[in-house]
Amino acid sequence: MSILVFVENADGQVKKTSLEAVAYAAAISEDVTALAMGNNIDQSELEGLGKYGATKVLHADDEKLNQGIIQAYATVISKAMESTGADILVLANSSLGAPVSARVAIKNDASLVSNVVALPDTSAGFKVKRSIYTGKAFANVELTKDKKILAIKKNAAEVKETGGAATVEKFAADLSDSEFDAKITNTDKATGEVLLPEAEIVVSGGRGLKGPENWGMIEELAKELGAATGCSKPVSDMEWRPHHEHVGQTGVKVSPQLYIAIGISGAIQHLAGVNSSKNIVVINKDPEAPFFKAADYGIVGDAFEVVPKLTEAIRAAK
Amino acid sequence: MKILVCITHVPDTTSRISFTNGDTEFDKSGVQYIIGPYDDYALARAVELKEQSGGSITVLNVGTAETEPTIRKALAIGADEAIRINAEPTDSLFVASEIANVAKDAGYDLILMGRESIDFNGGMVHGMVGELLGLPSVSPVMTLDIEGDTAKMTREIEGGKETIEVKLPFVAGCQEPIAEWKIPNMRGIMSARTKPLNVVEPSAGASATKLEKFEMPPAKGDVKMIDADNVEELVNLLKNEAKVI
Repeated sequence: MSILVFVENADGQVKKTSLEAVAYAAAISEDVTALAMGNNIDQSELEGLGKYGATKVLHADDEKLNQGIIQAYATVISKAMESTGADILVLANSSLGAPVSARVAIKNDASLVSNVVALPDTSAGFKVKRSIYTGKAFANVELTKDKKILAIKKNAAEVKETGGAATVEKFAADLSDSEFDAKITNTDKATGEVLLPEAEIVVSGGRGLKGPENWGMIEELAKELGAATGCSKPVSDMEWRPHHEHVGQTGVKVSPQLYIAIGISGAIQHLAGVNSSKNIVVINKDPEAPFFKAADYGIVGDAFEVVPKLTEAIRAAK
Repeated sequence: MKILVCITHVPDTTSRISFTNGDTEFDKSGVQYIIGPYDDYALARAVELKEQSGGSITVLNVGTAETEPTIRKALAIGADEAIRINAEPTDSLFVASEIANVAKDAGYDLILMGRESIDFNGGMVHGMVGELLGLPSVSPVMTLDIEGDTAKMTREIEGGKETIEVKLPFVAGCQEPIAEWKIPNMRGIMSARTKPLNVVEPSAGASATKLEKFEMPPAKGDVKMIDADNVEELVNLLKNEAKVI
């Protein structure tokens, strides 16, 4: 089985979600080719993909591919699938990977399943489990076309180092100008922070924090844990925090190892964005807050008293 | 401007999720259906754009007759006419093929829909429609403005946003905060009753996947409550029991 993995990078560094995709592919096949785009990624990053199971890395090092233009990426991936003879494309179900994979599926007459959470079952046909109803259920789905595309849900595959090595080859995509009909004129990205969708630990605050001026203690706790910060919808609606921190059904959906909700009552729309988290801690002064029903660990208490103590206890336990 | 808004007919967010018929069908009993929340945002923005510069809004749903109340609600919010593709949707490819088949010669300037449905969360239909029609597709779109023949928008990326420009026509998968949700008023509800709702039989759209079985996640254990004066216990549990810090 020949697998192509589309690898995304952020400022030249391969994204964790893409390492998950490479590890996922390596668990299925020994014939794994990774495909990276843009000329702003280091050779060492590309070679490093071998450690996670890629045997070969194709590098489409066109400067125009430094930005994630969906159509152009879909064309390059399709050409790479053709040149490698890949039967399967694996990629992260990210804000870029998901829309790109949809176009690749049409170009290649492929079956596409998104939000994949487990390795395929190939005992009879080719079946995968995917998350549906915003993490409240799963569907087992058969991919019926010869070519298959799997968009892997974040944190669903374990990144394991296998210690292999990959050769890196240039890949000439020969793109026409029409692939760049959509032009990215500006990118406004938080830097130096743990990115919320990829975070292993998320610390989120809600209306119980009373105002944006009180977010320092959330950030301090997050910093101590190496976590990303999030918030509930009312908090981003009131512009206490930026929209990209809004966790919930219509915001960012997260699936970290640990989600800490502080001063968030647990409206069903918020729960829909976090219910794939492996462990949930809820801190709320209202013992009737519905979030406690979804939590693994709970503390009934005033956030302004509990959170600084918790930060201190974590610091002391290191 | 001629706008097509594609909507899904999905269980209300608060619905209890369960399955029937040997876990092969969603149990619809007692479930309230709504316009997909992301699609609602797309429709609301379409209404705002029409208010600004005129034009028309066609709303489209791929679904059986039971989706018509949802389609009527979209008409009450401000769509001018509706198309229902008379079929039970099977997967993203099927839905995208049906949308593309309707849109291919209709001359829409904008094809808007939600970034994903809230039942299957596929998030694939807008990209597939774009590819099938040979149009650019952008998702997830957070703001959208039209200046002449150019759409200016912002797209959410991990930890930030991109500003993008594209010539019309194109396809967008939308999400908040692109517009304020619109609640139908009485006048809208009354006028929706007489607006055209055209039922079209499906083309021979094929599926690329086959659903085998639904599955519920394992039941969650009870929450462990920890005394607020003993946060060290929480740290201990996270470290040694959950092994997450």
